[in-house]
Amino acid sequence: MIRRDFLKAGGALVVGFSLRDKLLAQERGSSPGPPDARQVDTWLAIHSDNTATVYIGFAELGQGASTALLQIAAEELDLDMSQIKTVRLDTNVTPNQGGTYSSASINRGGPQVRTAAAEARQALLKLASARLNTGAAALTIAKGVVTGGGKSVSYGELVGDKPFNVTFTGTAPVKPTTEYKIVGTKFPRNDTPAKVSAQYTYMQYVRVPGMLHGRVVRPRGQRMYGAGAKITSVDESSIRAIAGARVLRKGDFLGVVAENEWDAIRAAQQLKVTWETPPALPGNAGLYDHMRAAKTEDSIVLERGNIATGMGAGAHTVSQICRGPYHAHAPFGPNCAIADVSADAVLVMCSTQDVYGTRNSLSRLLGMPAEKIRVQYYEGSGTYGHSCYDDAAQAAALLSQLAGKPVRLQFMRWDEHGWDNYGPAHVGECKAAADASGKIVAYEYEGWQHGWSNTETSAQLTGTPTAEWPGAGVQGVNRLTCGGMYDIPNLQLVNHKLPVTAYLKGGWLRSPLDLSFAFASEQAIDQLAYLTGIDPYDFRKRNMTDARWLGVLNAVAQAAQWMPGKAAANLSKANVVTGRGIGVGTHLTSYGAAVAEIEVNKATGRVVAKHMYGAIDAGQVVNPGFVESQITGQLVQTCSRMFKEEVKFDQTGVTSLDWASYPILRFDECPEVTPVVVQRLDQRSTGAGEEVMAAAAAAIANAFFDATGVRMQEFPLTPARVIAALGRNRTA
Amino acid sequence: MQIRVNERSWTVNAAPDTPLLYVLMNELQLQGPRFGCGLAQCGSCSVLVNGVEARSCVTPVSAIEGKSVTTLEGLPAFYAAQKKLVKAPALHPVQQAMIDEQAVQCGYCFNGMIIKSSELLSKTPKPTDVQIRTAMNGHLCRCGTYPRIMKAIQRASRLMAGGAA
Repeated sequence: MIRRDFLKAGGALVVGFSLRDKLLAQERGSSPGPPDARQVDTWLAIHSDNTATVYIGFAELGQGASTALLQIAAEELDLDMSQIKTVRLDTNVTPNQGGTYSSASINRGGPQVRTAAAEARQALLKLASARLNTGAAALTIAKGVVTGGGKSVSYGELVGDKPFNVTFTGTAPVKPTTEYKIVGTKFPRNDTPAKVSAQYTYMQYVRVPGMLHGRVVRPRGQRMYGAGAKITSVDESSIRAIAGARVLRKGDFLGVVAENEWDAIRAAQQLKVTWETPPALPGNAGLYDHMRAAKTEDSIVLERGNIATGMGAGAHTVSQICRGPYHAHAPFGPNCAIADVSADAVLVMCSTQDVYGTRNSLSRLLGMPAEKIRVQYYEGSGTYGHSCYDDAAQAAALLSQLAGKPVRLQFMRWDEHGWDNYGPAHVGECKAAADASGKIVAYEYEGWQHGWSNTETSAQLTGTPTAEWPGAGVQGVNRLTCGGMYDIPNLQLVNHKLPVTAYLKGGWLRSPLDLSFAFASEQAIDQLAYLTGIDPYDFRKRNMTDARWLGVLNAVAQAAQWMPGKAAANLSKANVVTGRGIGVGTHLTSYGAAVAEIEVNKATGRVVAKHMYGAIDAGQVVNPGFVESQITGQLVQTCSRMFKEEVKFDQTGVTSLDWASYPILRFDECPEVTPVVVQRLDQRSTGAGEEVMAAAAAAIANAFFDATGVRMQEFPLTPARVIAALGRNRTA
Repeated sequence: MQIRVNERSWTVNAAPDTPLLYVLMNELQLQGPRFGCGLAQCGSCSVLVNGVEARSCVTPVSAIEGKSVTTLEGLPAFYAAQKKLVKAPALHPVQQAMIDEQAVQCGYCFNGMIIKSSELLSKTPKPTDVQIRTAMNGHLCRCGTYPRIMKAIQRASRLMAGGAA
């Protein structure tokens, strides 16, 4: 039996529903999903009080997408935002719209929510037409009240908590964008008041009756992905002093549970375990040479014209290297999950970006059919991709199965930092050529990196073989960020895929690999501009014809009040110098452009961004305020990744396990930011949660060149690396 | 053990060495102070102890006996007492300013951000940009909300001075 009686645990830590929601949830939640996507009732319900609930299959990740999707539905239904809400993601309740990644919420989810709402509107108009005895064409709707022939009826009176029983054809007419009142406006986020006043229940604060607190016991810092971690011995007597703590084990998966959370934490720290010596990793020092020397699976991603002829025809040729490190998701609150596993039913609450995907992985792990597993989403802290949320769900499920009770599993800081699915390291080489007039005539990008892991640590430790995430495209060289914005007659993109098991665990991290791609690619383009003596903004414009790329580029240059001039034209002997740079890039959709103004202290090697400008064209922007907020976050996070962040590891395993060993940007080095939204109401909405990071990384690298006359080949731009690069340049 | 939290006395069962955070989360069932690192590195667990910001994840519960703890839940009342207001506002001006500036993304760090900036503004009602950056530097945000937090602190400063935001 699934324990659904998680009510009054006292205080604020209650999983509860209002009575009405509870009744609806019983109906909707009574059978395993996904509910039938071809029924309008799957997508929304109209209540007697003339409000609506929209069932959305996307997770709120702190970016405002849940509010924005409600704006789309409210617009189509002619409801006020106060009349509409959504519910928690739940595999028994919400539709399967695929995972909340690759900037999917508005991009993929928007059209689905819009057409479902439009379909419901048509059904409501039909009902109102009959009720009011007036032709549908003569009816008007405002705030869910339909008026015609001198009479009115509300949605609530027409449908009132009853099902529509209407097929979702996807053919209902949608509102013309010229009539938009809610879409395209800066409506405030619906979760902010609760989040600033301790009323918002994050996953880490959910409690269920009778649960135990659990912690995993693993080596501090992951080892080579393919090797996992193998236990030699466990000395249970080492925690005998902690009454109530129990050791649980399945294969090499090891954990402790206790009724008291502090007991569980202490037991996990004090339990004496010896682990087998793992196979040697290259470590940071040997990483990039190892990657270049490894046996790779090679493929041509894109080919156009003749690269050799093109390079030969260039008046100027450049070659730019990128060495980009592993980056961690490092969500601010380590992942947490609660599982209640019994013989015939499983309930898991966690912060997954994909409730149905997590249900499938739990099904495989527990050997139970997916239909017996219910997964519910509770927001944790911002995750920016595949952090350890699936691993947390699996670890909670295993501990609950072993303990025979509900278990709350909370990762410690070192678990999350040390056992992440890191954004993979990358080595890139970009060669490009331009003719004397500043036209790019040839472009070649070669990239070396491994893909993403598809076996969570918990599963791996219980004996599930390691596997690689399927689908090569987004795990390799990106045809948009790598030169895709320019008109280049001769072009070749080559991908060198490394074995996933021989390095650290990989996963998708916000704008996967694009910071590395842009660091090499856009520095190469910038260098061509320099060699041809052309202003870097002008050089890019001359090589673009796509109106939308030009649009973001012009928008950011205008915001930054870009003054024409050649890069590195004012090099100074002073210790503290400034520079500005420009760059373009994106991820899989949308268009991004950025300008960076930085300060370099040549004596200390410290580089600080003073002002970052970022522009995104994401088609129709449902809420410009949210996209401005996203651009702000992306610019700051890109500074953090370009100046500070680098996963540290030695031959044994990962050694950066907290905020001291994995520093991120702080207030003292935070730049001023200027976000620019290029609104295109007539275009399809595309992603806006990650699409300016590549451009920002490029702009920073190019600003460094402008300030110093030196091209960096590796990031983050730490003091030691900067001093070394400036020193090499001096002797050269 | 008796502890005083948000102007109320509580009897707690925790062992004396238990970090205050776990007592607040599990015994008092508060969800303002948040677990972020357990190492006093990030600031998500911050509370005020006798009006001074402290990291509850490394403060043993025994260390706050006889002292007064304020969490995010109790901040509006604490502010009312500081300002000798007849009635506590629904939100501390810093909380209101965070909403007005739409500063929040995931919001997990905002407990610490609000606690720390309320402490700053109680000592320095009109902070400069440098004073804000210095005071807040021990508080981390992964979403990159620093620019809007800094704006919100300036806005709260104006609100507290009785001016239009």
